[in-house]
Amino acid sequence: MLSPNSRPSDSQAKALQDIDSVTIRFAGDSGDGMQLTGSQFTDASALFGNDLATQPDFPAEIRAPAGTVAGVSAFQLHFSSHDIKTPGDDLDVLVAMNAAALKANIADLEIGGILVVDLSGFTEKDLEKAEYRSNPLHDGSLAGFRVIETDITSLTIKAVEPTGLKGRSAELCKNFFTLGMMYWLYDRPTEHTVKWLDEKFGPKSKYKDKPEIAAANQAALMAGYYYAETVELFTSHYRVRKADLPKGKYRKISGNEAAVFGLIAAAQKAGREIFYGSYPITPASDILHGLARYKNFGVVTFQAEDEIAAVASAIGASYAGSLGMTATSGPGICLKSEAMNLAVMTELPLVVIDVQRGGPSTGLPTKTEQSDLLLNLFGRSGDSPLVVVAAKSPGDCFAMAYEACRLAMKYMTPVVLLTDGYIANGSEPWTIPDPDSLPKMEVELARAGETYFAYERNEKTRARKWALPGTPGLEHRIGGLEKAQKTGAISYDADNHFAMTQERHAKIAGIASDIPAQTVEGDASASVLVVSWGGTYGSVSTAVEDCNRAGVKIAHAHLNYLNPLPANLGDILKKYDKVVVSELNMGQLKFLLSGTYGISIEGINLVRGKPFRVSYLVAQFDRIVKKALS
Amino acid sequence: MSTVTEAPVLTRKDFASPVAIRWCPGCGDYSILTAVQGVLPTLGIPKEKFVIVSGIGCSSRFPYYMNTYGFHTIHGRAPGVATGVKLANPDLQVWVITGDGDALSIGGNHFIHALRRNVDLKIILFNNRIYGLTKGQYSPTSAVGTVSPSTPFGSIDQPLSPLSLALGAEATFVARTSDNDVKHMTEVFQAAAAHKGTALVEVLQNCVIFADDVHEPYYGRAVKQDHLVYLKHGEPMRYGKEQEKGLVLNGLNLEAKTNPADSEVLVHDSKESTGSLAFMLSRLSHPEYPVPVGIFRDVQRPVFNEGIREQVETAKQKSPGDLKKLFNSGSTWVVD
Repeated sequence: MLSPNSRPSDSQAKALQDIDSVTIRFAGDSGDGMQLTGSQFTDASALFGNDLATQPDFPAEIRAPAGTVAGVSAFQLHFSSHDIKTPGDDLDVLVAMNAAALKANIADLEIGGILVVDLSGFTEKDLEKAEYRSNPLHDGSLAGFRVIETDITSLTIKAVEPTGLKGRSAELCKNFFTLGMMYWLYDRPTEHTVKWLDEKFGPKSKYKDKPEIAAANQAALMAGYYYAETVELFTSHYRVRKADLPKGKYRKISGNEAAVFGLIAAAQKAGREIFYGSYPITPASDILHGLARYKNFGVVTFQAEDEIAAVASAIGASYAGSLGMTATSGPGICLKSEAMNLAVMTELPLVVIDVQRGGPSTGLPTKTEQSDLLLNLFGRSGDSPLVVVAAKSPGDCFAMAYEACRLAMKYMTPVVLLTDGYIANGSEPWTIPDPDSLPKMEVELARAGETYFAYERNEKTRARKWALPGTPGLEHRIGGLEKAQKTGAISYDADNHFAMTQERHAKIAGIASDIPAQTVEGDASASVLVVSWGGTYGSVSTAVEDCNRAGVKIAHAHLNYLNPLPANLGDILKKYDKVVVSELNMGQLKFLLSGTYGISIEGINLVRGKPFRVSYLVAQFDRIVKKALS
Repeated sequence: MSTVTEAPVLTRKDFASPVAIRWCPGCGDYSILTAVQGVLPTLGIPKEKFVIVSGIGCSSRFPYYMNTYGFHTIHGRAPGVATGVKLANPDLQVWVITGDGDALSIGGNHFIHALRRNVDLKIILFNNRIYGLTKGQYSPTSAVGTVSPSTPFGSIDQPLSPLSLALGAEATFVARTSDNDVKHMTEVFQAAAAHKGTALVEVLQNCVIFADDVHEPYYGRAVKQDHLVYLKHGEPMRYGKEQEKGLVLNGLNLEAKTNPADSEVLVHDSKESTGSLAFMLSRLSHPEYPVPVGIFRDVQRPVFNEGIREQVETAKQKSPGDLKKLFNSGSTWVVD
């Protein structure tokens, strides 16, 4: 972090300073290309060898009124020379392309932080749209920051003039000018972005008739870079050295991309085709877009007419022998509930990914939350157990998507994978796995010629066998009505219903013996345990580490498995004097653990559409530990 | 089907399941079951390749009575499940059994989109103009004024024509038949099975308990010659005991005319590309008009499941899936 005492003095002008980590946010109008700017900076940092974590933040509207606070789109990146797990709390640098972007984001900039503004975005009209009464650049309200005022738009237009691009098109290159400035400030290589522009807009792209686009953006990028170097804007520039990451080959990956890879890998390993039925919904649509590109893996993607048809088609495909799957967000899960219950009753493999967002109802479509846990555990009629797992980081979406598929097929059950808007859209470096080292997939198909009973169970897994239509002699009927044990014939018998309910329950509960034991991180002598699940791993574990370094004794258990819970979890919880659950909802895991283990738990709960800030958690943990010890 | 010559000789018995049938005595569903069990063995398709998918309702118990693969799903969603079955394994012959409540009310959305996509499904819609399994409420095809437990003073809302809806949804095969005519059902089901794409067959079906004789005024043995018009591609649309009546065009409307001249009587064309004629026929209802039965529309259009499989196969051939390649795609870097 840039701290006040690490800041260079004027006498060290233009010196290259080493710093550990930087949190930067690019903010502008949703048409300004801030997501692209941020992801280019991320790629350059990843290729350079930093550890990093990103957090895009965009409005639910595609183009909210230009210049308004509602239309601000931002991309945050935390890059570092050491291991990091969050996109950072406070900003070291804020780039604000207009007054609205400043207004929406200035609260997160550290005192003493660098603020880069495009003067062209601060006209009377811009200030009015952002509802500023006075110009913040002149009224002294930014006195605590190092403000770099540049007329980025005008400079960009001049820089791209030789390429022939004019007017609005020329203006649109201003994000690359800004990117160039930031590349110089943080000593990033420009080559990757130059090459990317060639590929995106070059002779082989769909823009091949407009060679000036690539040229103009490259010109803007380099002009920004040299402008920052030449003009006395910054007193210094900074270097964040390569991170000491474990050996291996890496790529940058977002949670949704990682989920796509995990699903494909699992289906390949199992020798099954993927059938992905889906209805577009934020923030899950990128999984559909991703899978639709990989038809060469035998992936069938089907954009259904609604959420119900999406999951219904996946169930039909699973019945026919594909690995049926779907992804959605909370409102979609509500609609899929009845069909998920059909998959519970018919005991077919089904993978449902819930990329959680702020709720209830339409809620905060582009913001993150963890409030669908109980919905997925219990939001169906009847006693309807299914497997629920959660991913803890963007890269972990790969492992948990793979795991969801493994459990779905081995145990013939629907499995819900919970991710969230934050890890789905956020990205981090990911160690590229060797496909041969992935866990094996166990699929038990009924074979032609055998005597088949639709609900005869494997003694060990309690799963029924998958009998695929098209196999002679295995003709059978399944459906949502209660089944007789073993034969699967319709049965309304009371004893049978009780027995089948127990069988369904026992099958899912038994999976506890096939998942990893719960581990505990942090201070081994702590008497306070914080429990978290899903996408909050990065902030909670960082806060626990910070606490432990500061002598605040706290341990941490992070859950990847929500149903069944790890077999040893109860024993772990009971060892501690105090158990705290921190989650981005009003206390859903707390409720689950209290009820399951009969213990009293304190909750740390926030629903602000954003991940936990590490500093917030540190303060909470500190308070709780001190109180527990007093 | 490539397996035509290899298929063993199948009979009706091969398709009857041992499960006791629980429809009400006298229900129209029995004869539909008889017709389907009679048609499937004649199609030259091995028994294990049939999958019968249903929703919820009396008719949707159908799969249990067929000794084939079957899936009794949830209310209204059978076309969704069936689409998944067909896309996952296009080699299967997938039949959907549904009713007027299942297909047109709770499942209306799935119904129209299956037809629009032209997935190779055979949808048999049992239309008894009532909710049977829930004990007699009026349905989307009940006539205005239907008195039922939920409409004790008579229903107010306009019913819809399943066939008009299907045609509006760009259906490629649309037909109507009746539960009291196994021979006609057999012909229509055979044509539906032969059709490439979604085939919709509305079966006028009698609910003996809650809407008994609802179709009787036009399809009853004694009256049907005067009140049904049998559509046959390429033949004039005549009806009546002596074929003395016919459908003629009057302006933009069809007219039921007695003793029309031969030159006046419209000739049925199920291949007519716009679907306008089929749509006009789908608007005809008793008692103003004869009720048309037979094949309204039978045209060819690209089949959704074929298009999807083609994209998958092309992609596989172009660059077979390779996990190593996939994981290493895009920008990568090595930490030594």
